[in-house]
Amino acid sequence: MGEAESDEDWAVRMRAALAGDEATYRRLLEEIGRSVRAMARGAFARSRSGDADVEDVVQETLLAIHLKRDTWDGGMKLAPWVGAIARHKIIDALRRRGARQFAPIDDFEAVIPAPEGDDPHDLSDADRLIGQLPARQQDIVRSISLQGQSIAATAKRLSMSEGAVRVALHRSLKALAAAWRRTAP
Amino acid sequence: MKTADLIAALAADPKPQGPPLSRRFVLALAAGALISACLFLGMVGPRHDIARALGTIRFDWKFVDTIALAIPTGLATWRLLRPGAERRWLAIALAAPLILLGGSVAMELMMVPPDLWLARLIGSNALHCLTLIPLLSIAPLAALLLAMRAGAPASPPLAGAAAGLVSAGIAATLYATNCTDDSPLFVATWYTLATMIVVAVGAFIGGRVLRW
Repeated sequence: MGEAESDEDWAVRMRAALAGDEATYRRLLEEIGRSVRAMARGAFARSRSGDADVEDVVQETLLAIHLKRDTWDGGMKLAPWVGAIARHKIIDALRRRGARQFAPIDDFEAVIPAPEGDDPHDLSDADRLIGQLPARQQDIVRSISLQGQSIAATAKRLSMSEGAVRVALHRSLKALAAAWRRTAP
Repeated sequence: MKTADLIAALAADPKPQGPPLSRRFVLALAAGALISACLFLGMVGPRHDIARALGTIRFDWKFVDTIALAIPTGLATWRLLRPGAERRWLAIALAAPLILLGGSVAMELMMVPPDLWLARLIGSNALHCLTLIPLLSIAPLAALLLAMRAGAPASPPLAGAAAGLVSAGIAATLYATNCTDDSPLFVATWYTLATMIVVAVGAFIGGRVLRW
């Protein structure tokens, strides 16, 4: 994938996503995830932190990108904004793991995207933190993520309105991000 | 949980309906300034000889200083809310008030005989200044920090400090209408000290509430 053409494309797709195009958003997040993963692997390797937790950082970064997408200036390129968020989260994660010195992190646009490997944990950060949410929120997040159910199907199963499921999902994601911030190594 | 599973949940979460960050930020500034203005008018109000004072350069210059603090640092604070913002914006924003203040101090030192310097610097409202500026900063600082939680600053303490500068700029603009010490020597000493108190509080609270 050519990096130069991909950024123009990313910004276009992010605008479509912000306008409500769910499928485009999903594919964009997958691509962003691959780039963030490569960046995190490089940073973890250089600070000798092992890469067992790389996927946790990728997930935390994607969640931050999602919750902070209002801070992207639609007239700007998307990659530098994504790169700044990823850098912030990677440094945070390394610091939580006790690293004191950080080798410079690759420029986001220079990394070669990496696909998701096999999950090295039995229980990822996300699983553990979702387990701390109230029961109803846990149910909704798991239904839509792990079980791949739609909002509509989840609403029907729980006898809730779709609007209520959406609100609960959004609150759960915010709570998840807050729990991640409080995470100790 | 696989990353693909998390992405499914993110893609299903629609854009929240709240007002955009820019509107929240401007509203917070306006509301904070308005509350402080009401508080100021209710507590002390402008000095009685303000009509006469307005004709003097030293009085008017105080507003050049305080407005030159509030507006550029307000713009810098807005910039610092976005990931990847460069920190130098804050330094650039501080250049204007510092140069204006430094210039006026130099002028004062040239125009006023040295045996009056200390009296001008100490003035008669130092305690008032150190109390009222931080007090009048509370509303803008609280409103700004609340609105800024929707942002993503690279350094939360720095963003908090920047919000402190804006708030002190607003508070100092109000307080300057009351203060009868107009010498740049007084302003450079006590207004600056009061501003530093607000900045320290902003950095401390910002470092806690602006993390993301």
